[in-house]
Amino acid sequence: MAIVETRKLTKVFKQGQPGAVNHVDLETREGEFLVFLGPSGSGKTTLLRMIAGLETPTSGEILIGGNVVNHLPPRERRIAMVFQSYALYPHLTVYQNIVFPLKAQKVKKELHKQKVEWASALLGIGRLLDRKPRELSGGERQRVALARAIVREPSVFLLDEPLSNLDAKLRASAREELEQFQKRVGTTTIYVTHDQVEAMAMGDRVVVLNQGTVRQIGTPQEVYDQPADTFVATFLGSPPMNLLETDDLIVGFRPERFLPSGLVAGSGSTDEIASRMKTEHLLLADVGKRVPLRFRVEYIEYLGAERILYGALEGGRFPGKAVASRIPSGVTERYEANSVHDFIVPESELKFFDRASEKRVAPKAIPWQ
Amino acid sequence: MAMTNRKLGVLMFSPAIIYVLAVVGVPFVLAFVYAVGDVKIASVGYHYVGLANFRSVLESPTFRRSLYDSIIFTVGTQVVVLVGSTVLSLALKDRFTGRGFIRFLILLPWVAPVSLGTIGWKWILDSIYSVINWVLVHLHFVRPFDTPMWLGEPTLAMISVIGVESWRLLPFSTVILLAGLTAIPRDIPEAAAVDGAGFWRTLFQITIPMILPIVNVAILFGVIFVFTDMTVVYILTRGGPYDTTQVLPSLAFFTGILGSDLAEGAAISIFLVPILVAVAYFMLRVASRAEVG
Ligand SMILES: Nc1ncnc2c1ncn2[C@@H]1O[C@H](COP(=O)(O)OP(=O)(O)O)[C@@H](O)[C@H]1O
Ligand SMILES: [Mg+2]
Repeated sequence: MAIVETRKLTKVFKQGQPGAVNHVDLETREGEFLVFLGPSGSGKTTLLRMIAGLETPTSGEILIGGNVVNHLPPRERRIAMVFQSYALYPHLTVYQNIVFPLKAQKVKKELHKQKVEWASALLGIGRLLDRKPRELSGGERQRVALARAIVREPSVFLLDEPLSNLDAKLRASAREELEQFQKRVGTTTIYVTHDQVEAMAMGDRVVVLNQGTVRQIGTPQEVYDQPADTFVATFLGSPPMNLLETDDLIVGFRPERFLPSGLVAGSGSTDEIASRMKTEHLLLADVGKRVPLRFRVEYIEYLGAERILYGALEGGRFPGKAVASRIPSGVTERYEANSVHDFIVPESELKFFDRASEKRVAPKAIPWQ
Repeated sequence: MAMTNRKLGVLMFSPAIIYVLAVVGVPFVLAFVYAVGDVKIASVGYHYVGLANFRSVLESPTFRRSLYDSIIFTVGTQVVVLVGSTVLSLALKDRFTGRGFIRFLILLPWVAPVSLGTIGWKWILDSIYSVINWVLVHLHFVRPFDTPMWLGEPTLAMISVIGVESWRLLPFSTVILLAGLTAIPRDIPEAAAVDGAGFWRTLFQITIPMILPIVNVAILFGVIFVFTDMTVVYILTRGGPYDTTQVLPSLAFFTGILGSDLAEGAAISIFLVPILVAVAYFMLRVASRAEVG
């Protein structure tokens, strides 16, 4: 078990072009599940490959367990990596795949069988040991790749989008299994994904990357509720945070906090509200001060558990600004295209960003009319 | 409509059939006919003699020597080519400046006319004008009037023809192996590196096994190519000294055409057939297995 640290880590592939990874400083904690989250091309893989030793940094340092490892080849870093493609050896059986790292690292022969059995039992692939990779399903391949990674008991796991090749259903269950598995073995893990749901669900902490720079490091709750800048605010959440630009500020609020005023406590008699909802709980029990906004609904997405309303604000200070609202399924209110409704945002839910730097700033009072 | 289509099909297809029959089929049948007859160049008439030619061929020490030489020549060339093309293709796989130019240089022997290239080699290996000897003398490895007779001494002559044949075959084999190597996803050797494998383990346990189906194809093509080739031997040594580099195709040529004994020449070349059929059979099997894998 070890801590991975990067100091001003930079990778420039072609001189004169912007770096794929720029001055990244981060430090994992012992046994932590750290997620690199960012859009495609944000440098997640490059960062991970530098930690693995598959890519030479242009500048900066990588430390594993407190030692600078920049000059060490991958095999001397005591890491294990699961590739997006799984990179199983196609000509070897599952057993031979899993035993390969043990042979390569000169583990005593007597221990091979026992270790392979341990790893394959842990991942429930004991009965697949004689098959070739091409005879396995996507989920089974992913397990074999994991088994091959854990069998040598590495000090750090690196996983590059290991679930992205699975179908949606399998992905959800594999996500949970992987998370549980990591908790059980307790190995420091760095997990790369572009899927915010995966990042939020699995990560102890999330590193949000964009264009090779770290935008924010924090727990899933921190990056969601206290985004450091407008990139993080809009990258997380679906649909993304609504942003309204004023003079030198950007004001943001999440779609799930932009709600019909009639359905929020304190905006009518309790009976009246209850009659408009299937469930009796109110959307935002006690929201304190509220900002009223008029919302013209333009189109509606039904997602089963909820509805997403897309439209624009009417009148006020931001006429015509595109915004979205997420309405939970408990609400029975009907919305139709081109209807105008009274909505509110609790003032405590507003986020403020500096318009020039796009960084978050302290809440301010702004005129809404 | 269907009928005309069919006729058109036959019409379009027939040139290929006629070509194969005329160029491959007729000589092939003729070889069998000659082999069981007594034809000589400029002789008239044909008498069936059964297996007499085969018997006489089998009893001839020259034939046995040639069969042996053919095997040495073919196997030796394959070994040299395999090692050489593996090294070359590994070296040329990754990007570096000048890779395109070096690839071009390596392909040259393949595109250059055989006779031209081989005549070049004849000079390089010549007993008087050999540049190799000149270099060896100037490096003081050998004395000026005691230089190796590259084409005049049995072992050296065999090494020389194997060397030149390998030089010819190397580009082809390298290109095939390069294609195989490029088809290996980058992740695989990287996974091996992370798993702890060094260069040799990756080479022998990952890279080579993964390109093995393609290597097999290269070997089988190579075997057929070398086993039936007489150009290099013919130009460099004419089978000499004392038939120590004589291979079956050149022997068949010398006996049948230059020695005017068509029947015996045909019988010699027919000995190539079972060997080539076996090789072709394996080649097809390997190729079909490579597809499935
Ligand atoms: N080997 C390479 N050569 C040149 N550019 C590369 C290479 N690998 C990645 N890049 C570039 O670096 C950037 C980051 O890529 P990558 O780390 O793969 O992003 P991510 O994994 O977040 O999608 C991209 O713009 C990509 O085009
Ligand atoms: Mg990636």
